Amino acid sequence: MKKTGAQILCESLIREGVEVIFGILGGAVLPIYDTFPQYPQLRHILVRHEQGAAHAADGYARATHKAGVCIATSGPGATNLITGIACAYMDSVPMIAITGQVPRALIGKDAFQETDITGITIPITKHNYLVTDVNELARTVKEAFYIAQTGRPGPVLIDIPRDVQQEQTEFVYPDKVDLQGYRVPSRGHPAQIKKASKLINEAEQPVIIAGRGIIISQAYEEFKEFAEKAQIPVAHTLLGLSAFPNNHILDLGMLGMHGTPCANLAVHNADLIIAIGMRFDDRATGNVNEFAPNARIIHIDIDPAEIGKNVPTEVPVVGDIKSVLTALNEEIERKEHVDWLSQIEQWKCEYPTQVVSPSDELLPQYVIQQIYEATQGDALIVTGVGQNQMFAARYFTYIKPDSLITAGGLGPMGFELPAAIGVKVGCPDKVVWCIAGDGGFQMTIQELAVIAQESLAVKIAIMNNGYLGMVRQWQELFYGRRYVDTKLWNPDFVKIAEAYDIPGIRVKRKEEVIPAIRKAMDYPGAFLIDFLIEPEENIYPIVPPGESLAKFFQPLKPEAKAGKL
Amino acid sequence: MSNTKHTLIALVEDKPGVLNRIASLFRRRAFNIQSLAVGGSEHPGLSRMTIVVEGDSARVEQVRKQLEKLINVVKVSDITEEDIVARELALIKVKATATTRSEIMQIVDIFRANIVDVSPNSLTVEVTGDEDKVNSLLRLLHDFGVKEIARTGRIALIRGSSSKTVID
Repeated sequence: MKKTGAQILCESLIREGVEVIFGILGGAVLPIYDTFPQYPQLRHILVRHEQGAAHAADGYARATHKAGVCIATSGPGATNLITGIACAYMDSVPMIAITGQVPRALIGKDAFQETDITGITIPITKHNYLVTDVNELARTVKEAFYIAQTGRPGPVLIDIPRDVQQEQTEFVYPDKVDLQGYRVPSRGHPAQIKKASKLINEAEQPVIIAGRGIIISQAYEEFKEFAEKAQIPVAHTLLGLSAFPNNHILDLGMLGMHGTPCANLAVHNADLIIAIGMRFDDRATGNVNEFAPNARIIHIDIDPAEIGKNVPTEVPVVGDIKSVLTALNEEIERKEHVDWLSQIEQWKCEYPTQVVSPSDELLPQYVIQQIYEATQGDALIVTGVGQNQMFAARYFTYIKPDSLITAGGLGPMGFELPAAIGVKVGCPDKVVWCIAGDGGFQMTIQELAVIAQESLAVKIAIMNNGYLGMVRQWQELFYGRRYVDTKLWNPDFVKIAEAYDIPGIRVKRKEEVIPAIRKAMDYPGAFLIDFLIEPEENIYPIVPPGESLAKFFQPLKPEAKAGKL
Repeated sequence: MSNTKHTLIALVEDKPGVLNRIASLFRRRAFNIQSLAVGGSEHPGLSRMTIVVEGDSARVEQVRKQLEKLINVVKVSDITEEDIVARELALIKVKATATTRSEIMQIVDIFRANIVDVSPNSLTVEVTGDEDKVNSLLRLLHDFGVKEIARTGRIALIRGSSSKTVID
């Protein structure tokens, strides 16, 4: 029996194990939406803006390790997806973005709501397709999922003209893909693994930089064995947090611009860097020319183009992290690194990683720590971008694998709320905390409707300082404290939540923090807390832009600051 | 490291938009294309591109690996260090009068180039060779007044039976 393009799309999505689609409809996807009732196993979640659909699909994918699916109409629907697609691309998140397109006969005629979305998304997708023949649709979906989910994952966009959605053909879903130009590296080259082991065995001051690749590969066990066997301290990139428990003796926390002093000092003084599933982002390396000046570098990554892109590498190992670490664990020797680890302990004592001033002010660090205490780390933390993100990265103790969902590469403010929706949909049994900034929250605030509509028990903590906080911090430190346009007039977020049928409370004082978090946790549904935090609290230390990691800056020791207050 | 010209050979799928993807990649990563020539290959459905880029070896290797990441790109090889045959074709329309025509024809002869069109006040010359040869001829013709030039850019193959730029 023949099926329409829309039916073929739905059948194909089901074959790929899709259960949830985030989207919003419009003229060019009407045939697809009209078909949804025939496929009740596909749950469609109606967002309020397409950016929300893309971020929700992203959050869903990060939390479930399955491709997230979002759908939008042609023209503005498609262009509204772009921020979310670019975000997924930067952070290697598997995503399928489906867009409607004007009918084939109108393509190229500047028709109503026509946009060249495949042209626009070339630089921000792993691959994209314009399907001009319904007979190509099933194969295209198959290829798209394969490309999105294998190797270094990423978003794939499928643009389907409306008349292709309506055209009929026989539905045959291919068993396998045949992509001549796409090869997925699996095992690392044995000779490279031998070379890497030799450097690891010889190193006296080695440091691991753990990136998101470990999480993507779900290689937590292999990675822990690796670090423990060779007794190598672990620094994380932002996206590598939760690849290794923060409460482990070998853990250094995050490195980089707002990294912990011990992570930055360890990397700067290392004689060997083992970079695993990370890409030497400038926020992680500081001044790249002064990065780890005494270190030889081993770089393990599945993407060959990452090798040598930003930092010259002595021993590259291209392959899936899990299989490379399994092989390395066979080759490396048990070590103790007594001197090096005692040096690191000394740094940890000198610069404690998570000290919160004992002042009576309501500080964001304290709020994040109390969310950790209340959840005992058994929660998925979804952050926005900026200070709230850095406080969440630094002051929550990530002890469960894969427990931080944050947009590191693109850094799109407004990620937190829709991403938390996707995370909660993907992991309904987990506690999900959305750590928002008051600025970013207003960029996707309309998605509160989705939380209400779908009864999603997301706990929302707004770090409300009345500023675009990170930008204000830069103005304070680097632009002579000239706060140009960073002060925000904010609505009453508690009333906003109420309007969306979500209970909320405002917290103004430190002693209210723990009861408020308790109340949010005890409430069965979504809950919003508007934390009116100290407006000019900064995230420290900071490595000023262009400086090496060793030149981190923090104005006063926390005790001294407390004394002053 | 010094900047040198590198010749890359890419086997790419002959599909709509592939050239756009490659051009987009060069632009986005701020790589400079000196020339790009594309045409059919020995495989149905695949085209062979010859791309000349300038840069140090590390940067060109980065170009090569980024190109290979494109799904429609099957294979990319840097053949700069190989023993290669490299050619380009140029058409040059040069002003010619009764007094200069024979002198131009002599020069064309020396370069084993051909006259492919004649009009009362111009000649069109077809020349094949490496860039140096084409440039030398252009320099000599310059004084007569060059009206128009069309060049294909470099195409290249490795000499002998190397399999570096072919697929099974």
